[in-house]
Amino acid sequence: MPAILVRELVKTFGSTRALDGLDLTVQTGEIHGFLGPNGSGKSTALRILLGLVRADSGTVELLGANPFKHAVELHRRLAYVPGDVALWPNLSGGEIIDLLGRMRGGLNQQRRSSLLERFQLDPTKKGRSYSKGNRQKVALVAALASDVELLLLDEPTSGLDPLMEASFRQCLMDESANGRTVLLSSHILAEVEAVCERVTIIRSGRTVQTGALADLQQLSRTFLSLQLAGPPPEGLGQMAGVHDLQVESLPPAVAGSTDAVTQVSCQVEQSALDGVLRQVAQVGVISLNSQPPTLEELFLRFYADPTTGPTTETQTQTQTQA
Amino acid sequence: MTASENGFSGTVGLFRLAMRRDRILLPAWISVFALTAAVSAQATADLYPTLGSRIAAGNTINSSAPLIAIYGRVYDTSSLGAVSMIKMGGFGGVCVALLSIILMTRHTRAEEDSGRMELLSATAVGRLAPLGSASAVIVFANLVLALLTALLLVAVGLPASGSLAFGLSWAGAGLAFGAIAAVCAQLSSSARTATALASVVLAACYALRAVGDSVFGSDHGPGWPSWISPIGWAQQVRPFAGDQWPVLLLSLCFSISIGAVALVLASRRDLGAGLFQTRSGPAGAAARLRSPMALAWRLQRGAFVGWLITFVLLGLMIGGIASSVGDFLNNPTAREFITKLGGEKGLVDAFLAIELSFGGILASAFGIQVVMRLAAEEREHRAEAVLATAVSRTRWALGHILIAAFGTAALLLAVGIAAGATSAIQSGEPNEVSRVALASLAQLPAAWVLTAITVAVLGIAPRLIVLGWVMFSGFILLAELGPLLNLPQWVLDVSPFAHVPRLPGVAATPTPFALLTAAAFAICAVGLASLNRRDIT
Ligand SMILES: Nc1ncnc2c1ncn2[C@@H]1O[C@H](COP(=O)(O)OP(=O)(O)OP(=O)(O)O)[C@@H](O)[C@H]1O
Ligand SMILES: [Mg+2]
Repeated sequence: MPAILVRELVKTFGSTRALDGLDLTVQTGEIHGFLGPNGSGKSTALRILLGLVRADSGTVELLGANPFKHAVELHRRLAYVPGDVALWPNLSGGEIIDLLGRMRGGLNQQRRSSLLERFQLDPTKKGRSYSKGNRQKVALVAALASDVELLLLDEPTSGLDPLMEASFRQCLMDESANGRTVLLSSHILAEVEAVCERVTIIRSGRTVQTGALADLQQLSRTFLSLQLAGPPPEGLGQMAGVHDLQVESLPPAVAGSTDAVTQVSCQVEQSALDGVLRQVAQVGVISLNSQPPTLEELFLRFYADPTTGPTTETQTQTQTQA
Repeated sequence: MTASENGFSGTVGLFRLAMRRDRILLPAWISVFALTAAVSAQATADLYPTLGSRIAAGNTINSSAPLIAIYGRVYDTSSLGAVSMIKMGGFGGVCVALLSIILMTRHTRAEEDSGRMELLSATAVGRLAPLGSASAVIVFANLVLALLTALLLVAVGLPASGSLAFGLSWAGAGLAFGAIAAVCAQLSSSARTATALASVVLAACYALRAVGDSVFGSDHGPGWPSWISPIGWAQQVRPFAGDQWPVLLLSLCFSISIGAVALVLASRRDLGAGLFQTRSGPAGAAARLRSPMALAWRLQRGAFVGWLITFVLLGLMIGGIASSVGDFLNNPTAREFITKLGGEKGLVDAFLAIELSFGGILASAFGIQVVMRLAAEEREHRAEAVLATAVSRTRWALGHILIAAFGTAALLLAVGIAAGATSAIQSGEPNEVSRVALASLAQLPAAWVLTAITVAVLGIAPRLIVLGWVMFSGFILLAELGPLLNLPQWVLDVSPFAHVPRLPGVAATPTPFALLTAAAFAICAVGLASLNRRDIT
């Protein structure tokens, strides 16, 4: 049974359609990345999972139960770090950590002190005097110090410095090793790449991609830049998996030579790479430059416009793989 | 460019922004004040149609130290304006001062707390601009209020000169407390503290003039304590009784100097900081800080203690005054005046009944304030963290609601016991303590209804939570002006306080208490049910 199962989730605020048929599956024990542009509905989805907000339609199951109806029982088994951490100005960080932990059903004192150490957080400061990053640390320690099955984290590192972020990643790995499930909403791709096994990308309240990170990388494209000894092979631009083909004729490489040299650049999907290389090899390759696919580039494409995203075919494929 | 040159840059822009934010609040408030003044002037004219009846009414007040302490002295009993505005001058001045305090805090300290000021300060807005624009809002609002009030008073037939003096006396109190609030905003580390601090100063100023007018005062004028109180100054303008214009200058100079102090403080202070550095706290929570109830108590206890002290003092004052009410038992006009104010038999009991019902209304403000704090927990996103733990919405809200319910009871008991004890010591009747305490507690079910209605607003439409205060002011206006206006009984009965028997001194059946309590529970239950169904935002 998956830890989180969301199907066709719809939520509107007045005329804003915050969630528009969201699908999300998080398997027990995995660290699941939850990505999407600003305002795409990540926080709204998390708040529905917490039972703070009621869904308009669709099914939501959290640890096997309805989060709105069984909020209290479920909350004993999960911890949450909100995107905007608001603390009580007159309570010290230590008091807040203990209070939230106790109201959740207890917290592990040993882990509490090791986390304070790890995040270098001073628990004696009052809520009003913490910086943004330190406010976030208070919420993180309160969440991570509890013995819970599931962690719901809404951009937990947006205020942390790189050192602290590294500590946070280490904590997540430890949590995962202990069998905890994590749903991590984040804008920091390096973090997602480092810790998440699977990701879900949403846009305008709708899931545009979900799958194992390794599979997604398959979808990303290698950038090729070649100098060919002649005109590019016929039909290169029409080949499946080849995008943005650009051809430019250059003056002959050797003075007086009649061989036309062409500069070719294109983006090639992993699946088409072999075919493209065979074709150009027949023309003669003078130089070849390739840039490996980056996750960044893949996400940017999903964020920007769905039409440039991978075809529906590959999308369904990845979903079935998941 | 010098610091002072760019310190105020952006003031005009901020002023426009503030006026936009207050485009409903300000006109509403100003018109309620001005209308209240005009309506009570009209009503008093109808109540005392002859010169003789006015002089009698004025003499009644002037012959009773307790009434002088509460309202002030009528300096010209033959003047309709002076007699009819006696309640409005002191009490009204306090309300206008409160408005200025709220406005000042809202546009300075509260903006800093919310972080919006940081956003603005990063633009071409000088560090003195927020204070500058808030002061402009206060000057503007008080002047409009003064002129509108004067116009309406003239419209109901009072002399123009006195009407203007009256309007400006209000504005004087408003400006003075706007300036005091500006200093408090610089000293405090949060908006809540700033408002509380300024309100304490206001209460002290009111008490000063009460003592100055009654204990130290004579028919010719008050003693020195009234002359160090901005509320005292407002009354010493003596509208319709000689119009002492120079006193207005006193208010003006005071406001300007205190405002200058605020500016100096503001130019030295860091954004978001108060005068006192925030101290550090414990590294871990005490064992009892483990439930939403404990958290609610932690958040509300400071305010509760403040209220409790106020109510004990109020009780001591009421008890002390009650025992001197008998002094003018022989004065027939006094008898008529007091019975007209609502009592039925026994002047002391009638007086106690009036004062205790006032205590009941005040105590209901505590309940409303507690629920407002609960609403702020949600609005400022702190509820989210609690509700994401194993705490149901009902338990979260109940923590605060129970404090409201039991806190109100404690306040009423405190005022009752304090008043009863003072009265018992002077009269030598020990039974007095329990009798007055019970009479005070009789207000509890009605106060609960107001708390419950605020809970219902929180449950159904949290964005409209300010309706809690609107309802509160509405019930007060209904009780104060309703009888003067001869409103039909069913309109007066809208207020829960209209159903409370005027204890002590009259027979009471349990029925109204049971009905009010049942109504409070039912309305609260509706609120909690709605809270459980809606989105937490
Ligand atoms: N309480 C609310 N009332 C009205 N609209 C809302 C509310 N909460 C969210 N929205 C709208 O719903 C949409 C989704 O917001 P949400 O906060 O879930 O986005 P997000 O993915 O978390 O964005 P970000 O990455 O910036 O945190 C936005 O258009 C937002 O304006
Ligand atoms: Mg968000």
